[in-house]
Amino acid sequence: MLDDFIIRAALAALGTGIAAGFLGCFVVWRRLAYFGDATAHAAILGVALALAFGTSALTGVLGISLIMALLLSTLAGRQLGHDSILGVLAHTALALGLVIVSLLQGIRIDLSAWLFGEILAVGKSDLALIWSGTVLIAVLLIWRWQKLLTATLSPDLAYASNINPKREELILTLALALVVAVAIKVVGALLIGALLIIPASAARPWVRTPETMAAMAAGIGALSGVGGIYISAQANTPAGPTIICVAAGIFMITLLTRNLTRLKTL
Amino acid sequence: MSNLIEARDITVRAGTTPALRNVDFYIAPGEIVTVVGPNGSGKTSLLRAITGAADITSGSLKRRDGLRIGYVPQNLRIDPSLPMTAARFLSLPKRRSLTDIRTALASAGAEKLEKRQIADLSGGQFQRVVLARALLEKPDLLMLDEPTTGLDQPGSAAFYRRIESLREETNCAILMVSHELHVVMASSDRVICLNGHVCCHGTPDIVASAPEYRALFGSGTQGALALYRHQHDHSHPHGPDCNHPLEETDNA
Repeated sequence: MLDDFIIRAALAALGTGIAAGFLGCFVVWRRLAYFGDATAHAAILGVALALAFGTSALTGVLGISLIMALLLSTLAGRQLGHDSILGVLAHTALALGLVIVSLLQGIRIDLSAWLFGEILAVGKSDLALIWSGTVLIAVLLIWRWQKLLTATLSPDLAYASNINPKREELILTLALALVVAVAIKVVGALLIGALLIIPASAARPWVRTPETMAAMAAGIGALSGVGGIYISAQANTPAGPTIICVAAGIFMITLLTRNLTRLKTL
Repeated sequence: MSNLIEARDITVRAGTTPALRNVDFYIAPGEIVTVVGPNGSGKTSLLRAITGAADITSGSLKRRDGLRIGYVPQNLRIDPSLPMTAARFLSLPKRRSLTDIRTALASAGAEKLEKRQIADLSGGQFQRVVLARALLEKPDLLMLDEPTTGLDQPGSAAFYRRIESLREETNCAILMVSHELHVVMASSDRVICLNGHVCCHGTPDIVASAPEYRALFGSGTQGALALYRHQHDHSHPHGPDCNHPLEETDNA
């Protein structure tokens, strides 16, 4: 079964959708949309450095995403807003990555595969990697769930309950780097942010507790992944962008139906 | 019994600048201590130093072993993107049974709010839900940071009466930051006046007549203090019938 590239692609998109949808809730709750985007863009620098030093791309992506996320959370300070720091670091990392790639002699790299994903080329080892990343993210978030929620709610309340919100933030940062590594082959560095934000945003109007939102966002992420692969195979469109379009379609539908049911109850 | 909190000569940083310098502070079990002071005087920093949220750059702060703190922070805002019922909010970070949640909501005056979304609550209702969450900790120390901000006069009077009766039931110590001096001072064992350092402290009477306190708050609050004293003096000789209890209002 795993020998069929479409099956492999669908399974890869399924895992990525679940992981990104789940973690995306925290990205939405903590208003980290730009943060997720910036971390993902910086992954291109990770790819370039990995090629330059001859290590695996995954190591580069994980390492740079982690460094980027840590830098962002420590540098964001008083004099420059979070968004400015993000803009400076993310675009610098992306630009630097592109420059380094151009300087590498004798190595040909398909940049668009890293920017927009190359899911149809996902092999068995990639699949194993994507699913172990997904399981790791889910275990991490479920294990720390109560503490992560408290720290997200209010760092002050967390401290008073003997929870260190900085440690919880670090856990989320680690999970974010993992998602980037998982998703880069599936939707590409430029669209990972969308896969984090859209499923969680689509789930929000329908839910009353954080648990249902997480479950629904993971479900919408999974549906977008598998649906996107199906449509892209039928219509011969690029897989990564098609996945995002499906997620956006679900977002529009939930928004419209929610507003319609609200109108009916008026 | 030993003190719940004992701080010696602490300097507390807020951001890059010290918010408090060389502060000695303690609170004993069952005490009500009120912290007053102008804006930026380090009142919130003192509470955050106690929870561990603010950095203490010098001096020492000791918490009694196993100290349970119930905290009602100032201006708590819950992002509307986070869906949260009042009952779910009370189950953070420890899971609580529905019975415990209902009891806590009832003793905070927030009955039947458990299924409501936090984002849909009024300021007064939300404040009582946050108080209920603090009570679930069965705290040794209840810390309230300007808990009546945004409540109207009857609303805050009702809130303070509730705090007093809660203390009678649970006998927890209360550390409260407030700008409503006349209401607060009435129920405090001790008052600490802060302005980056401890200006003066002692019983409400001593602090109210201290020249440092008058220099900070001027004559404007003299009126407020006088009002409190009048009510207090008034109620004793005449007995409970002559009290003027304010109606408890739902601030919805």
